[in-house]
Amino acid sequence: MSPVSFIDVHRVLPELCWCGFGVLLMLLQPFLKNRQGLTFIALIGAAAGTLTTSVAAYGSGFNGLVQFDTFSLFFHWLVGLIAFLVILSSDSYLEREGLEPAEFYALILFATAGMGVLASAQELLTAFIGLEMSSISSYVLAGYRRDSIKSSESAMKYFLLGSFATAFFLYGIALVYGATGSTYLSKFAEAEPSGNLLRLGLTLILIGLGFKVAAAPFQIWTPDVYEGAPTPVTALFSAGPKAATFALLLRIFGTSQAATDFWFWAFWILAVLTMFAGNLGALVQSNVKRMLAYSSIAHAGYTLVAFAAVTTMKTNPDGPIPAYGAVLFYLASYSLVSVGAFTIVSELGGKGERHLAQDDYAGLGTRQPFAAAALSLFLLSLLGLPITAGFFGKLYIFNAAIKSNLLWLAVLMAINSVIGAYYYLRLIVVMYMHDYKGPVPAEAQQGLSSTAAMVVTVAAIITVYLGLLPNHVLGLLISQNPMVTSR
Amino acid sequence: MVLTGHLLTLVIFFPALGALALLLLRKDDELWIRWLTFAVSLVEFLASLALLGKVPIGTAGYSLEEFSRWIASPAINYHLGVDGISLFLVILTTFLTPICVLASWHGVHHRIKEFHVMLLLLEVGVVGVFLSLDLFLFFLFWEVMLIPMAFLIGIWGHDRRIYAAVKFVLYTMAGSILMLVGIIWLYNATGTFDLPAIQKMVQTGALLLPARTEMILFLAFFLAFAIKVPLFPLHTWLPDAHVEAPTAGSIILAGVLLKMGTYGMIRFCLPLFPEASHRAAPWVALLAIIGIIYGALVALVQPNLKKLVAYSSVSHLGFVVLGIFAFTNISLQGAVYQMLAHGISTGALFLLVGMLYDRRHTFEITEYGGLSTPMPKLAAFFLFVALSSLGLPMLNGFVGEYLILLGTYQVHWKWAAWAAAGVILSACYLLWAYQRVFFGEVTHQKNRELPDISSREKWMLVTLAVVTLWMGIGSPFFTRRFAASCGAVLQQMNRNVMHEVSLPTPPAQSGGSATENSVERVATR
Repeated sequence: MSPVSFIDVHRVLPELCWCGFGVLLMLLQPFLKNRQGLTFIALIGAAAGTLTTSVAAYGSGFNGLVQFDTFSLFFHWLVGLIAFLVILSSDSYLEREGLEPAEFYALILFATAGMGVLASAQELLTAFIGLEMSSISSYVLAGYRRDSIKSSESAMKYFLLGSFATAFFLYGIALVYGATGSTYLSKFAEAEPSGNLLRLGLTLILIGLGFKVAAAPFQIWTPDVYEGAPTPVTALFSAGPKAATFALLLRIFGTSQAATDFWFWAFWILAVLTMFAGNLGALVQSNVKRMLAYSSIAHAGYTLVAFAAVTTMKTNPDGPIPAYGAVLFYLASYSLVSVGAFTIVSELGGKGERHLAQDDYAGLGTRQPFAAAALSLFLLSLLGLPITAGFFGKLYIFNAAIKSNLLWLAVLMAINSVIGAYYYLRLIVVMYMHDYKGPVPAEAQQGLSSTAAMVVTVAAIITVYLGLLPNHVLGLLISQNPMVTSR
Repeated sequence: MVLTGHLLTLVIFFPALGALALLLLRKDDELWIRWLTFAVSLVEFLASLALLGKVPIGTAGYSLEEFSRWIASPAINYHLGVDGISLFLVILTTFLTPICVLASWHGVHHRIKEFHVMLLLLEVGVVGVFLSLDLFLFFLFWEVMLIPMAFLIGIWGHDRRIYAAVKFVLYTMAGSILMLVGIIWLYNATGTFDLPAIQKMVQTGALLLPARTEMILFLAFFLAFAIKVPLFPLHTWLPDAHVEAPTAGSIILAGVLLKMGTYGMIRFCLPLFPEASHRAAPWVALLAIIGIIYGALVALVQPNLKKLVAYSSVSHLGFVVLGIFAFTNISLQGAVYQMLAHGISTGALFLLVGMLYDRRHTFEITEYGGLSTPMPKLAAFFLFVALSSLGLPMLNGFVGEYLILLGTYQVHWKWAAWAAAGVILSACYLLWAYQRVFFGEVTHQKNRELPDISSREKWMLVTLAVVTLWMGIGSPFFTRRFAASCGAVLQQMNRNVMHEVSLPTPPAQSGGSATENSVERVATR
């Protein structure tokens, strides 16, 4: 092993930055009692980490353990932006719930660093470290509202099931190592694809990662954990770790290994199960936060549709690039919309997150026009209506699926979109067409806090921007093949 | 001028500007809001009239085309154009919108600003649908228009409004999302969303779809349109949406939105999938005939006046679909004419029913009776409109139905015979309803003192009546302008059929010019 050179540090600059600011926040906590000051530092940390990506040069580092390329650049930007928005939206939440800010922000930054590692990992154990960094921070964050039983339950559930999934992942790595003699992604891309040991190992890895992205049948934990966790943390869960894990999945299964019937059907079935589990589950929810949790499962399903396309498009003359582009665009659009929507839910929840039922949203259109309009925009984007980001996200996935002749999958996705339309519309209907029953509590009269309003505005602008001019972002995504694993 | 190059863009987005301006007004400036909306919709109407002069008579093809790149990958273009068929549908839309504003002058009391914003946004969507020449752009407007309509029904509607609004959106969305899949498939097969380009490929044989694929694609499009029309048995959303919508919503819904479905069939299903259209035609015609008769029969037994008018739409739109799928020039022209005529007369019927509702807050026929005594003027207008709707010669409904039956008879006399039953039935249900509502003694004490129409209402009705009469006697003015476009649609279909020669009885190519002459005769008679 060659010694770690300066260039190598260069490759993980964003992660270093995020971790560094995380540590700084922990150190500052005894001295700086001002919440806003800490928020400010955390924001600088998130932004600084994100911005360093633009000075980081492409290439591999640490003997090929990590690789910095367009693909990881995209995901670093995405998770960095998500962290920034989540921190910004947490400020008022922490004040309202009376929670300590410093560790909270530090944990978010650590988790973000983990996601960054996941996105640029070229080797399974490195990926494992990234996964654990993000997971362990997530477990703590889920239980951050210590006095709430639901929050503790959420953390416990997440921790137990998460560790279980991690074990699957690790065992999978061991088997893959046994089959190929290496844990480098590039090495097992060259291995014999039909080897049973390798296939079993990859299956276990898929199960482990499937848990993290909440793919059915590994999604059971999601609604409880999302519901119990503090809402800004839920926003983070639904966006950051999911996107980063999808990045790793894409790196692993975007290799030539996955271009077989076996993986195609695996993703096909996963996608269908996940879509139906999420949408049918969301259909019967009366709690908005829980509904959005189920909806996040459904959206993982839509993303998996593109994965099925990835595994067949290997044989296509056009190659799999459109399908990669579809995944990345979808993740970007979903993550931002999700952060926006959860931020509004968090603000409207009131102290102790008591106002989460659908009925609490009745008459929101007249009480809080801005929040209602923004939430409607996000819901319409999740629904996939034109001039929102979600529409183009769906369009690109449809396109990828049809290009690879996955007509049935496209039709099933279409059916699911209609099921989804029902519960998204229901909430819009409640906001604009129902009246609040009984006197409106004073809490529910307050508008969004200024920081939350900023987050919502940013998310809304990006949603519309991606819905009108998706090209600029997508062009960046598909101009280069993000898959550089098989160098 | 700069504007003439972008006339269509202006026509589409001018109401959106109006909606933005409305947002700047204060919530309680009711009068201002109403007048501004009215002015905007009136200017919009005048602007759309300017299109009349720009569409050449006697030649097919698109005028005033606008083309610019919007999104590079997938290649989506901002491509607009107008031809004889879309021209009048746009004018119909812009004509009905000011009437909707007037119709809600006293009927809409709360959230007035939002109401008018929604109305204008709806106009943007509908006009956009008619003017788009890019499949993607078309789909975009098609979907965007759903939301304002759903809000119009859901917020300002009657008792079961929310149910009706959600049902409306879900039905339409279920159809349109499959259409999206079809559109993307077509894109992958052709590499473009551009309608004229794809039409050309179909015509020249550059795009030869296997029969099965073509049928699936046809169905993906057709289903979306059939739900919108609505074709039996997909019509179940319509009575709910119509009955629960506010008057303005019903007028737009019946007057224009349903036509988006039939317009889609003419513009997309026929030219893009000619063979599948031919193969599906008997089945579609069967459904259309069932719709004609079923709609009329259900209308016959409706105790609810608004529902009666709603079911009459199912019946009338059945005629339109039949006319389209008979594939003769006359019947197609009749279908287009019937679309316009139905828009005017059913719009007027809903307006009148809305006026009755404003006075008595009920749609039940049994609650009325003998109304011609307290309100003779309204009764007179109602009779006039009902007669036009049931197809009295000299009024607009006759021309469309007659052309459809005539054109259909030339190729399938049985279809025409069955459909003709619908004409008789429509006379039954409309006249019977009219008798129960307006003739006889005043049966309810409350009805004795009902005020007759105000001057605002009078002017709306007079305008509609004049158009009704004009369309009845001056039909060449309209048919001359869309005859060529209709001919072009059929020509595109037939050329491809000749190319393939796989159908047993292609509608006679020679009939094309002959029918065109005869339609001139019919129209000028």
